[in-house]
Amino acid sequence: MQHVEAGHTGAPATDHSHHDEKPQGLKRWLFATNHKDIGTMYLVFAGIMFFVGGTMALIIRAELFQPGLQLVDPGFFNSMTTMHALVMIFGAVMPAWVGLANWMIPLQVGAPDMALPRMNNYSFWILPFAFTLLLATLFVPGGGPAGGWTLYPPLSLQTGDALPMTILAIHLMGASSIMGAINVIVTIMNMRTKSMSLLHMPLFCWTWLITAYLLIAVMPVLAGAVTMLLTDHYFGTSFFNAAGGGDPVMFQHIFWFFGHPEVYILILPAFGIVSEIIPTFSRKPLFGYDAMVYATASIAFLSFIVWAHHMFTVGMPLSGQMFFMLSTMLIAVPTGVKVFNWTATMWKGSLTFEPPMLFALAFLFLFSIGGFSGLMLAIVPADFQYHDTYFVVAHFHYVLVPGAIFGIMAGVYYWLPKWTGHMYNMTLAKWHFWLSAIFVNVLFFPQHFLGLAGMPRRIPDYATQFADWNMWSSIGAFGFGLSQLIFPYLIWKCVRGGPKATARVWESSHGLEWMLPSPAPYHTWENPPDVQFPDEPGENVMGDQPGPDTAPTHTPDGR
Amino acid sequence: MAEQPHRQLILRLGLMVLGSFVFGFFALPPLYDVLCEVTGAGNNDALVNAATVVEAPDESRTITVEFVTTLASNGSFEFRPEVGEMKIHPGKLYEAQFYARNLTGHATVAQAIPDIAPGRATQYFRKTVCFCFTPQSFEKDEGRDMPVRFIVDPKLPADLDRITLAYVFYDSSQLAASTNTFN
Repeated sequence: MQHVEAGHTGAPATDHSHHDEKPQGLKRWLFATNHKDIGTMYLVFAGIMFFVGGTMALIIRAELFQPGLQLVDPGFFNSMTTMHALVMIFGAVMPAWVGLANWMIPLQVGAPDMALPRMNNYSFWILPFAFTLLLATLFVPGGGPAGGWTLYPPLSLQTGDALPMTILAIHLMGASSIMGAINVIVTIMNMRTKSMSLLHMPLFCWTWLITAYLLIAVMPVLAGAVTMLLTDHYFGTSFFNAAGGGDPVMFQHIFWFFGHPEVYILILPAFGIVSEIIPTFSRKPLFGYDAMVYATASIAFLSFIVWAHHMFTVGMPLSGQMFFMLSTMLIAVPTGVKVFNWTATMWKGSLTFEPPMLFALAFLFLFSIGGFSGLMLAIVPADFQYHDTYFVVAHFHYVLVPGAIFGIMAGVYYWLPKWTGHMYNMTLAKWHFWLSAIFVNVLFFPQHFLGLAGMPRRIPDYATQFADWNMWSSIGAFGFGLSQLIFPYLIWKCVRGGPKATARVWESSHGLEWMLPSPAPYHTWENPPDVQFPDEPGENVMGDQPGPDTAPTHTPDGR
Repeated sequence: MAEQPHRQLILRLGLMVLGSFVFGFFALPPLYDVLCEVTGAGNNDALVNAATVVEAPDESRTITVEFVTTLASNGSFEFRPEVGEMKIHPGKLYEAQFYARNLTGHATVAQAIPDIAPGRATQYFRKTVCFCFTPQSFEKDEGRDMPVRFIVDPKLPADLDRITLAYVFYDSSQLAASTNTFN
């Protein structure tokens, strides 16, 4: 039996009124060093970029609604596919994860703030400049980058004035991510409350810790690769220029040495969030906490040795193909462990289906579909057929949209009452969920069929045999895009008001963040909480004890 | 808070970042060359250096050698093989002609980069003379035939009966100023 001594350590709501003085006006945001303010800015920025990138996706899908060239010229279409990827990956998903990390990690480990608050400010404020630079390329001679987000030379070296701007923007995003990652690692390693061992940490902290190490290891590799592009183009080097003795295939190797760990950077924090939500709404502790941690670590390790499965068709030796095929398939083992554990957590649990749980369940089911198509792509002979088709597009959108994006939305719906102090409109949130979950499948599932039938990716026009499924996919895209408008509206309403949220918010939530009042005060855990953890690692902190706030928590029937 | 552990950890993480950058920028390209050498993939030596060979024709076997040309995006040339393919016997020396004409409107230098498909035939395809060994200078509007003499090693695996020799033709006037990276 554990007990919680939060009473005399600075947590209760009554103590906090005088701590809540915050800087006013623009200065609060420009010079922000508070992890909650910076987290909020990250999340708002990610939200804006999500809609910018989404608009680009809708331009793509509008052009592909029917065969033929109707709306945009092919060059602009290509820059839309390229920019959509760059904006969504570096502008929406990654900043959203850093925002959630900023908000939640100090609360979850009992730290008063991130370890390096000024660097935190800097790493956020780089981003608006990076994306201004990137989006401005759409207005320079030659248009935006149009050679695909992978920037393969020699094609990418034909980009006009956009090339150096894109590369410098990528450098800035990389610097921002590296600083964010260092901040997360130092916070987790040095600022955990005393009694919390690494194996007592919530899984969101664990997955983020591992993600942060991935970021540190691979963002500089990307910076190196794009710098080599820059010197090839402007300073006469020949890293990737065959005429000068270089090799364009080498770029692909270096790029994917970054690129494959990058896809795990995008998904690992979602694993963490789902591992927080499913136990809460199953009213059971997470099944196999240790296994979850080790599975995450092995996925991270494997992500470094599988990169060439993105480039089976470049003509590599058979032994190389075998190695990369088998190591890729190996990733299915730790991923399977995770999916099994989530399912086992729900087994015989008392499940309720609040919006965070709905998103987490959709994540579990739809991410697994994306994982299966990934296994198909890992098979070399099959990949020769699937390579550069819409099947690949379907695969990575299944792992990124109902994977990473649903993970982010699940996290926002889970912690929003903690941030704002208000419950949000559950009915509207469920509408958001069901519309998203239905349309995301209308949008991406037909793309599997298109790819298997041979439709190449990154083309503005296609043979008429592909017309029907493209039409469905475009209908799904507009349905999905429009349903996302519910999300900012709902958040705005929740910030403005709503039923008062309790400290614990959900009936069975557990972890240090739920011991704080809702909304979380501006300064929290100024004295590290003195919590006795059970001997079993991963057992929830609060157990069946109610939070310090004994008012009834949210229950499914709205009591 | 504890300042010292922060600083140590940050220093270590900073070194990791630096190490990663050095790895990506300075270690991966040489490692890639080593890997290519070990696996024999993209082995440039056999393609771009003259071989000394002794003829030992094997008349019993006939192999088709196809010629393919590609123009790189930079420069402006006409570039094509005189014949699309040749039937040859392994162990016998043959000569093929490629025609190139300078359409850039000024004198320039071009470099042809060879490639052999399938890749495992590369080590059996020997060239004694090739215009691809050196940069080729062209006067304004000049066009000329350029020879390649080659011999296919009789040890070529028995299941291969077709080899493709492909050239990409680059304007290398910018590179010619610096040292040629091929030996």
